[in-house]
Amino acid sequence: MPGTRSAFWRGMREGAPFILVVAPFGLLFGVVATEAGFNLTEVMAFSIFVIAGASQFAAIQLMAENTPTLIVIATALAVNLRMAMYSAALAPSLGGLPFWKRAVMAYFLVDQTYALAAIEYENRPRMSLAEKTAFFVGVTVPVCPIWYVSTYVGATLGEAIPPEYALDFAVPITFIAIISPMLRTPAHLAAAAVSAVGAVVLSFLPYNSGLLVAAVLAMATGATVETLLDRKRGRTA
Amino acid sequence: MTQDTLTIWTVIIATGVGTYLIRLSFLGVVGGRPLPPVVLRLLRYTPVAVLPGIVLPLVLWPAATGGETDLPRLLAALATLAIGVGLRNVLLSIFGGAFVLYGAGWLLG
Repeated sequence: MPGTRSAFWRGMREGAPFILVVAPFGLLFGVVATEAGFNLTEVMAFSIFVIAGASQFAAIQLMAENTPTLIVIATALAVNLRMAMYSAALAPSLGGLPFWKRAVMAYFLVDQTYALAAIEYENRPRMSLAEKTAFFVGVTVPVCPIWYVSTYVGATLGEAIPPEYALDFAVPITFIAIISPMLRTPAHLAAAAVSAVGAVVLSFLPYNSGLLVAAVLAMATGATVETLLDRKRGRTA
Repeated sequence: MTQDTLTIWTVIIATGVGTYLIRLSFLGVVGGRPLPPVVLRLLRYTPVAVLPGIVLPLVLWPAATGGETDLPRLLAALATLAIGVGLRNVLLSIFGGAFVLYGAGWLLG
């Protein structure tokens, strides 16, 4: 079918530039996880089972701090909760597919595939289900395998890099770089501030649980500020 | 690191399964049903609500210096933030931060 083929190639073309974003992250994760003491199998298992960079970095960082396992898992999952929003956003477009296809696509529902698919389905609402699937697969092909490959290369490199190269600071720098472009609304700024200050103030709580408490407060802050601003805008408009 | 193999695999598998279930949530049970706006609002802020809390203690009290505040690391964190906010480019911001970290470490060193 020419429609599905062109949708697939369009997906590939739009996904391809993300290789430049995903590959360095995978490299960095492989290096940092290896330096933190994980072996190659464990590093690869992380990237294959989880495929979500920020939560993987968060998990290894917290494990290095000897945080209890339950808190590590809860924090990593909290970082990934945003994906419920992705899932909900694509469900109306893809709900007609058989379950096994949706189950496979769910595995590959990462930041990049979500972002491109959401825009595509909005711009071309009359695409058939087959075309929508083809587009999603097209985006996945360049984006997801490169995550595994770059993790592998990073893990191999990590074994060769001596620890004195201040790599300990790669995690904070990476997190700051991920967050700072998101600080584009007062609500995001307020949430980030509550999270950072809250985690420091609540650091007396046992087992690194202050971080999770701060995260809940920060989410509530973001949502509240957004609601207040919307209301204000509604009144002036 | 003092983690044993069992702990590591528990974290990998639990995070993997949990993350998959989050991804499958609405796609799996279908639903053209829209999410309540309150839930959408909360979910929107999850990354900004968790990551800064992990970062700030690491910046203020780096493990590598035994928890002592370190000027090159502080400057590198500020540079990363400034570049990220200004240019909205994740990679440039990482490279800028790394550059400042090594540059300041070398100059002040």
